[in-house]
Amino acid sequence: MRISVQEAPFDLGVESEAFARNAEQIGAIVTFTGVVRDSDAGRLQVMEIEHYPGMTEKALAAIANEAVERWDLGDVLVIHRFGRLAPGERIMMVATAARHRVAAFEAAEFLMDYLKSRAPFWKKELSATQSTWVAAKDEDEDALNRWAR
Amino acid sequence: MDILYFAWVRERIGLPRETVKTSAETVMDLVTELRGREQRYEAAFADLSALRVALDQDLSDFDAPLAGVREVAFFPPMTGG
Repeated sequence: MRISVQEAPFDLGVESEAFARNAEQIGAIVTFTGVVRDSDAGRLQVMEIEHYPGMTEKALAAIANEAVERWDLGDVLVIHRFGRLAPGERIMMVATAARHRVAAFEAAEFLMDYLKSRAPFWKKELSATQSTWVAAKDEDEDALNRWAR
Repeated sequence: MDILYFAWVRERIGLPRETVKTSAETVMDLVTELRGREQRYEAAFADLSALRVALDQDLSDFDAPLAGVREVAFFPPMTGG
């Protein structure tokens, strides 16, 4: 399992390749990549991502450990960036490896749902004229309910 | 006790962190104490439903006790991913 909270960009190809090479006894790998989206018709200039050093790593490790507990996973990777990102830049990725694809897909969705609203990151969108904190959505909280047990 | 603020809570209060001496027994007591200080704290804590709290880097609740806690953090709902 690898958790990385970093300011620097990551290479999707290198990370995916290394993950696939190291995962043993598996039949399926799922990767998900989050990209800075310009939801405001070309006006977004920068997305600033703030986080809580210390708690972030702890929360991501807890989320990844829970995924490993729930699904029979060969390996888990979570990379999440912070700092100033431009539209089109990759913010984060998760990868899961399992013997079968259902577990790999489900675990990846679980990781995404949890890290969206349980990992201490906050996004701020900056345009030429204004800056706005991205608000959490009710759907994000609802998405967690389907994993309740 | 160290108090940390993130995102718009940090911006409203104008500080990322501060150290306070307090005898507050719960998070709620601490919030009441901070709100009584200055308008900027009142503005940050006006709507608790828009805030989350972590105690020693674990998500917690406003009615949680503060005994033994070293670090309290206040922030809006998280928006990772």
